[in-house]
Amino acid sequence: MIIGFSVGISAGYLGSLMVLEKMALVGDALSHVALPGLALGILYNFNPFFGAFAFLFASAVVIWHVGRVTRLSFETIVGAVFTLALAIGIIMMPSVEALEEALFGNMTTVTSIDAVAAVAISAVAVLLTKMIYKKLVLGMISEELAISKGINIETINLLYLLLVSLVVAVGIRIIGTLLVGFLVVVPAAAAKNVSTDLLKYSLLSASFGTISAVTGVLLSGYLNLPTGPLVVFAGIAVFVATVLAKWRTR
Amino acid sequence: MSTVQNDQEYILRVSNLSVKLQNQTILDKINFNLRRGTALAVLGPNGAGKTMLFKALLNLVPHTGKIEWTGKVRLGYVPQNIEVGDIPISVKEFLSLKDKKDVEDSLSPVKLNNQSISDKTLGVLSGGQLRRVLIAWALADSPNVLLFDEPTTGVDMDSEEPIYKTLNELKKKNKITILLITHDIHIIREYSDYLLALNRCTTFFGESKEIMSPAVQKIIYGETVCAGTPDTRGEPAR
Repeated sequence: MIIGFSVGISAGYLGSLMVLEKMALVGDALSHVALPGLALGILYNFNPFFGAFAFLFASAVVIWHVGRVTRLSFETIVGAVFTLALAIGIIMMPSVEALEEALFGNMTTVTSIDAVAAVAISAVAVLLTKMIYKKLVLGMISEELAISKGINIETINLLYLLLVSLVVAVGIRIIGTLLVGFLVVVPAAAAKNVSTDLLKYSLLSASFGTISAVTGVLLSGYLNLPTGPLVVFAGIAVFVATVLAKWRTR
Repeated sequence: MSTVQNDQEYILRVSNLSVKLQNQTILDKINFNLRRGTALAVLGPNGAGKTMLFKALLNLVPHTGKIEWTGKVRLGYVPQNIEVGDIPISVKEFLSLKDKKDVEDSLSPVKLNNQSISDKTLGVLSGGQLRRVLIAWALADSPNVLLFDEPTTGVDMDSEEPIYKTLNELKKKNKITILLITHDIHIIREYSDYLLALNRCTTFFGESKEIMSPAVQKIIYGETVCAGTPDTRGEPAR
């Protein structure tokens, strides 16, 4: 529940930038990059979070660097990196059960240390993102305006990718690699449906992320069903509600 | 337009400015000087290096040669395009990205000072309103030099003239030096003091009123003959 709350807020908040940047698929694809790291954790018996984060972190740096050199979009580079990581991860996974757990998460193996780490990491990610939020948005509107204002776009993009990696690594624990991208993308998309300014948009995105994750976790305990799919159902319900709200106001 | 006084000091001296990107020469040995409180129109065909000249002046691209600003210079820049797309950002929030607290204050010089505009989403503004918001952005930290890349891109003809009038008023009132890229001969003649015609090199640099002379038009619109100097040392051609 605590992990769900933290991951919901942070994924929703950070995801709001990803949707604005038209990188919705990046968040989704990036989560798959964690697979080889998760496999290493399972194979060598250490916390898979560290393996997942190491791979996400390394991939973020590679993606950022290749983007700088080639000027290709993040989406294109992530497309290549994520399929490679997926291929390596599937070969490295020791069993079908382990692969299933990595893909869909498993709340039953979560420890109290995991919960504390999730809260701390999410809080840091949200605070740091808040500090660079306006700069990132200005960079999206006009790189020239941002640079002329002394903003180092490459550096803040790298920082943002690293923060997304952190949040995704935490999120994998709760709903798995396959669905963590959902929390980055759908709450932000729902918030965009009903927002006319940036403050409302970012706050709603974080709130919708929280509602989706917490509702999914609660329903999972109540119905004794896997957490991931229920988080998705809750998130989609919010998204549909915002589509209807927007439809009514047209 | 006000007559340029000879005793006005130069705020900008550009000598032998060249920009090369990926082994291609974008600008070749540009020379010109600009007096404080005057307006320079930059003219040239597509790919002539007009926007690159601005980027070099703003130090956004690597370049060779000298760009010397005199005294304390605060640059305001309005790019040709911004990507507002469907970003849900209000006018107020956009202007606050410049760390400006009093948004109404920023909108007043561009005659947009009413509550309904500042709460509107940037993406729903008309072309004219958006350009005015961009001028407000550029003016937010009281610049004394304004670089304006095609000020009326995407603006209907009725809204064009008021934007230039606003710029002209700001120039006179606040002694702002203006550099603007435009293709419009009427705007060049009415609202600028000097004209710099580019086609990678300088094809003409002189007083704007000279654009009506057939000889000058032949230079600007005819086969490129670079008057690029260094022998003119950036002084307007007579």
